[in-house]
Amino acid sequence: MIEQVIPLLYLAAAASFVLALKWLSSVTTARRGVIIGVIGMALAVSGTLLKPEIVSYRWVAAAFVLGTIIGIPMAMMPMTAVPQRTALSHAFGALAAALVGTAEYYLRTPEIDCFTMGALTLEVLLGYLTFTASLMAFGKLQEVLPTRPITYRNQNIINLSLFGLAVAAGVSLVARPESTWLFPLFGAMALLFGVLLIIPIGGADMPTVISLLNSYAGLSAAAMGFVLNNKLLIIAGALDGSSGFILSVIMCRAMNRSFTNVLFGAFGQVQTAAGGRAEERTVRSATPEEAADILRGANLVIVVPGYGMAVAQAQHKVRELYDILTKAHIEVKFAIHPVAGRMPGHMNVLLAEADVPYDKLMEMDMVNSEFPQADVALVIGANDVTNPAARHDRTSPIFGMPILDVDKARTIMVIKRSMNPGFAGIENELYYMDRTLMVFGDAKAVVGSLVKELAGGAIH
Amino acid sequence: MNQDLELSLYVFVLATFLGFEIIRRVSPLLHTPLMSLTNAISAIAVVGSILVAGEQKTTLSTVLGAMAVTCSMINIVGGYLITYRMLRMFRKSGKDRS
Repeated sequence: MIEQVIPLLYLAAAASFVLALKWLSSVTTARRGVIIGVIGMALAVSGTLLKPEIVSYRWVAAAFVLGTIIGIPMAMMPMTAVPQRTALSHAFGALAAALVGTAEYYLRTPEIDCFTMGALTLEVLLGYLTFTASLMAFGKLQEVLPTRPITYRNQNIINLSLFGLAVAAGVSLVARPESTWLFPLFGAMALLFGVLLIIPIGGADMPTVISLLNSYAGLSAAAMGFVLNNKLLIIAGALDGSSGFILSVIMCRAMNRSFTNVLFGAFGQVQTAAGGRAEERTVRSATPEEAADILRGANLVIVVPGYGMAVAQAQHKVRELYDILTKAHIEVKFAIHPVAGRMPGHMNVLLAEADVPYDKLMEMDMVNSEFPQADVALVIGANDVTNPAARHDRTSPIFGMPILDVDKARTIMVIKRSMNPGFAGIENELYYMDRTLMVFGDAKAVVGSLVKELAGGAIH
Repeated sequence: MNQDLELSLYVFVLATFLGFEIIRRVSPLLHTPLMSLTNAISAIAVVGSILVAGEQKTTLSTVLGAMAVTCSMINIVGGYLITYRMLRMFRKSGKDRS
């Protein structure tokens, strides 16, 4: 009797997941989305626990406890650590799929049909490569590993031949599942390929890479659904796969680059060539006092945050600046470039954490028309996404990338540590414009002194 | 091609299209919570993991299964909790956090 209920529980779980993502489309319903998602997962888990095939709950219960103990601190990480946390959770998700695939392979061979084996190969390949790739991405984001792209001779040829070998091993496993000696080799190649895939990728490309890994983790879960003939897994995996895919397309578009260029382009090299023509040019620098005076006279200020704000943990000081300007009846808006930060939406969660209202966070397409009316564009830790060269300089490596039209504001203020060009080594011509003031220093310290100046000025 | 597989492929293709349609509508404001929520949802791999760990057919499969259940559980607990935490931070101007 109870066995007939299980498919219904799975069906309800699938419907809950669809609703969860649908409700996430707007901030007002998003939290309801999380709750229905939890309900869906609870239904799926209880349905599975009811299955008669399960002879012992001991291991499952122990794993539940252990997973919960590790999962809770993973949820309590500070918002600045969200990109690396996300990479780590992609690694766990992918590993789970790969381990189940491995177990299923040894349980079922040699009586495994060719379609099931095909799905299983895909599950294991995607699972293991996403596992190591996500760990590498985690290492780079946590700065345990060097964040610069690491390149060596014939890198693409080596990577592609390894991938080709792994695919060939997969195909021959499908043809002859009984060749059990090949399976560990196949898994090892997938693991190694994941590492090699991320080595040449730099920090600025992380939003695309994280999205792509998100998609792969979902697809390996969907492949598991084909192996186990479970439609719930297929639906949930497909939803995750398409979500990651859409995000990576959005990220690629926001950088005017293609997938292949992100994965095989080794961005860093192009720019060293282009960076060579940099000459000594003068910039205007300003003290926080001078900057505060200009801010005081403004009507509309557009803040442009970037990864530098996250590194300096300046988001709370930025909120104080927002408060003090708003109180002085100066309108403040935030211009968010899609690839600002290290993962999609990174700036939004940081500013929301600092209690900046979300209706002040504006997307690139909406805010660009407002820069000409802005008295001050305040750039905090953003670089390439503000470089006007992307619009007109055909020789620039970022030519064609959609940017925030910061240069159209009446005055541009840039808070920056030094004139060192950022990660990519591209000169930003914004800094040399007549209307640009450079305020040198740590983002958190500079914004802090701006706040102090503005607060002091209000008294007399 | 057997019927089960055919049906599974239909489900996969339709779910992918449904995913595209739904995710396209998610505001860029919420892209980070979107990723953590889909991450929690893809921890549905827990279903397969529980089966492998609970059937206890071989020692190898039980150990691998238990490891997979642990990994999935980390993502279920961590993923939903952090998504909820993030969403609680978003507030409109003039309103307090709820």
